[in-house]
Amino acid sequence: MQTTHIEALKKIVGQDHVLTSPEDLYTYSYDATPGHAHMPDAVVIPGNTQEVSEVMKFANTNKIPVYTRGSGTNLSAGTVPTKGGIVLLMTRFNKILEVDLENLVATAEVGVVVADLNEEVAKSGLIYPPDPGTVATATIGGTISENAGGLRGLKYGVSKHYVMGLEVVLANGDILKTGGKNVKDVSGYDMTKLFTGAEGTLGVLTKAIVKLVPAPETKKSMMAIFKNLDDAGKSVSDIIAAKIIPATLEIMDNATIRTVEDYAKVGLPLDAEAVLLIEVDGIPEVVEKEAAKVVDVLKANNADKVQLAKDDAERDQLWAARRAALPALAKLRPTTYVEDATVPRSKVPAFLKAVKEIAERNNVTIGTFGHAGDGNMHPTIVCDLRNKEEMERVYKAMDEMFKAAVELNGTLSGEHGIGLGKLPWMEYQHGPQGMNAMKAIKRALDPNLILNPGKLVGEC
Amino acid sequence: MTKQITASDINAQDKELLNDLQDALANCMKCGNCMAVCPIYKETSKESSVARGKLALMEAVLNGTLPISAAFDTVMAKCLNCKSCTSKCPCGVKADELILRGRQAAVKTRGLHPIKKNVFRLLRNRQLFDFALKMGGTFGGITFKKIPGKMAAVSRFPMPGMDPKRATAPISASPLRSQYPEVIKVDNPKYKVGFFTGCTINYMYTDVGQSVINVLKENNVEVVIPSTQHCCGTPVYVSGDVDLAKEMAKKTIETFEKFNVDYIIGACGSCTEALKEYPHWLHGDKEWEARAQKIANKTREISEFLVDVLDFRKDTLGPVNATVTMHDPCHMVRGLKITKQPREVLKAIPGLNFVEMKDCDRCCGSGGSFSLANYELSRKINDKKVANIAKTKADIVATSCGTCRMHIQDGILQNNMNQDVVHTIQLLDKAYQAGKRK
Repeated sequence: MQTTHIEALKKIVGQDHVLTSPEDLYTYSYDATPGHAHMPDAVVIPGNTQEVSEVMKFANTNKIPVYTRGSGTNLSAGTVPTKGGIVLLMTRFNKILEVDLENLVATAEVGVVVADLNEEVAKSGLIYPPDPGTVATATIGGTISENAGGLRGLKYGVSKHYVMGLEVVLANGDILKTGGKNVKDVSGYDMTKLFTGAEGTLGVLTKAIVKLVPAPETKKSMMAIFKNLDDAGKSVSDIIAAKIIPATLEIMDNATIRTVEDYAKVGLPLDAEAVLLIEVDGIPEVVEKEAAKVVDVLKANNADKVQLAKDDAERDQLWAARRAALPALAKLRPTTYVEDATVPRSKVPAFLKAVKEIAERNNVTIGTFGHAGDGNMHPTIVCDLRNKEEMERVYKAMDEMFKAAVELNGTLSGEHGIGLGKLPWMEYQHGPQGMNAMKAIKRALDPNLILNPGKLVGEC
Repeated sequence: MTKQITASDINAQDKELLNDLQDALANCMKCGNCMAVCPIYKETSKESSVARGKLALMEAVLNGTLPISAAFDTVMAKCLNCKSCTSKCPCGVKADELILRGRQAAVKTRGLHPIKKNVFRLLRNRQLFDFALKMGGTFGGITFKKIPGKMAAVSRFPMPGMDPKRATAPISASPLRSQYPEVIKVDNPKYKVGFFTGCTINYMYTDVGQSVINVLKENNVEVVIPSTQHCCGTPVYVSGDVDLAKEMAKKTIETFEKFNVDYIIGACGSCTEALKEYPHWLHGDKEWEARAQKIANKTREISEFLVDVLDFRKDTLGPVNATVTMHDPCHMVRGLKITKQPREVLKAIPGLNFVEMKDCDRCCGSGGSFSLANYELSRKINDKKVANIAKTKADIVATSCGTCRMHIQDGILQNNMNQDVVHTIQLLDKAYQAGKRK
């Protein structure tokens, strides 16, 4: 980029909202994904939709790459400015515009942190269910763009089930409004869904209308320990077959159990092959009944130990093990890859076995935990990015792991997005036809290929 | 201050300094969880404000991508050392310490900022420092106007480096240590303790020091106030001048070694933490580390001593009829991890209605000298604290740190409110006094 470009951008958003010092640029060269970093030429922080539109017009005319960024907590290198250009930082879009209690929707600017939106709507007894591990930091715009999920996916779904309308600025600067507050809306292509999960490759989100649901009155948590992985897997299927949809249904494998126990000493047996953590929520009477049924299912499937939390303190204790999973694994080694390969629910045991074999074969450390209820696993690879020989083994293990997921009719990513991290396997999953269709959409909306270029669908 | 320094310049000075940081920095997985708790990031929303950004910049210097520039110094200076990031980090990265190491690297090669250099030169010499502050106290009335009913004052004239409206603590005309003999005897003492006063209590908040002594006497504890004690070294340590900080730690250790006391009592979270951290400061020097450890083992924060060691007297307490809320100073909650004891002290007082405020453990924005250099930013952070105080409807805010007290009192006045900010121990003292009047 040239100095005249920087001056032009300063004219649009104001002197103070364009960062160009090497120190500032460096801090926008990365996100939460290991191994990817590139310096942008400028960080531009627009204050309103009109400014975004003008920035886009300018970038489009001058063919400058634009990387939209919220808090930069994604795990797929989705916000790394790999070709330089502009990082478009949306943190000034930080207002909750409306909580509409009659229609149960909220309208918010995209820079609002998810937890802040939840704090606001909680005052009215409502929740915005998508709760990725980063709720306290991630923005509405970022989570919609990555179509983030979280612990409650099984019962409540993921971001795309809650986005009802968007305000989007296209690559050419056009301002688009998609969807709205209508529960039923079949007018035209579903553009809202198109931009949801598009990882900033099709447009810049500026506002979102999202669905809210009543907060559950009560919750009940239980934990079950299994000596046999298949019994745990069968329990998951049997709980659903008993017509119970828990809010969360989590699993941890043996490698994770051993690491968590070593780190947090929560009393898990080291020879257990799996731990299931289950939470049912809703109306008190129903919750009681469902919890009792779940315990029956667990016992019928040879669970070695079943614990039912009697109060909040006990509930916290049970969840301590799950909360410790990522920190405990991350502390083992300097570099942590949290992957999110996902398989149909019934294939969870098969996938866990495959990951274990892959880890052993390549001599890498992988602990897997995740959302068993929706098949969304988090094989977590811990290693040291600075060790070249080890990293070769890590990449080989990743390759085998993603292919194993696809072979089981699974998918590369359940909730973290493709970005750059999983791009090499996209064609493996979607075939050339699938990739061509996606690239055609990208070229139609962004003919100069300036929006997050090279990500999600790769080079066009 | 514009000269740019590279990693190789630093390595020419000190091969260890940056190299042994490499592993510690690699442990940051850049998850960004620190963004949820960093008070500065909450205001600026800029990546360079938060631990993840600062550690990334240190990495950039280490791998030769960036030099240590004046901008690097500015980034490293914009940290309150409140330790929120460290307590939140899932990987156990001690970001607060690493940021201090970043400052050390800058100081090692470029030297201190000229203003700090002058202040520290003064601090190096205890007698000169004592003289300067006594003069400040004697003639303070000329430059500072006391705010009626508050332990606070505003400047009459524009002062360099200070916002004209800002309320600070008045410098006392007679420092605490000049008001008392070195040894305060009691009949049949239960314990003999050394009182580490720290600078703010000695020169500004003498009312806190008096309360500490009153309360200890009430509990049959003999108090020794070594007259040659000096600053604990924290302001120097956090500015990156480690050599001077070590020198000051050794002086404190020597001073307290001379008295055979059971415990050493501090009434300021930061000073107390410093004394407990001396073994870490002096790590690598076997003899001094062992001596520091002995001092550290004896050190207790006043509420910690009253509750955990002494089981303080409750039968002589009289009523204090007030609604009180508490602010947990960063170095108390995340440094010393002391939060229960000051609450137990307050809850023991008859008539006192204790209410918690929202985010009681969130940094008040002071950060010691941070608020001098970044008043506007630290005011914004503090306004959130003041708003939470207002919601409690409390008459009094209790806290255990002099600079927190100063900054929160200023915030209350700036927001046209009227609450008093005091040290927890002052309320206990007041209750004992009320008990005597019964």
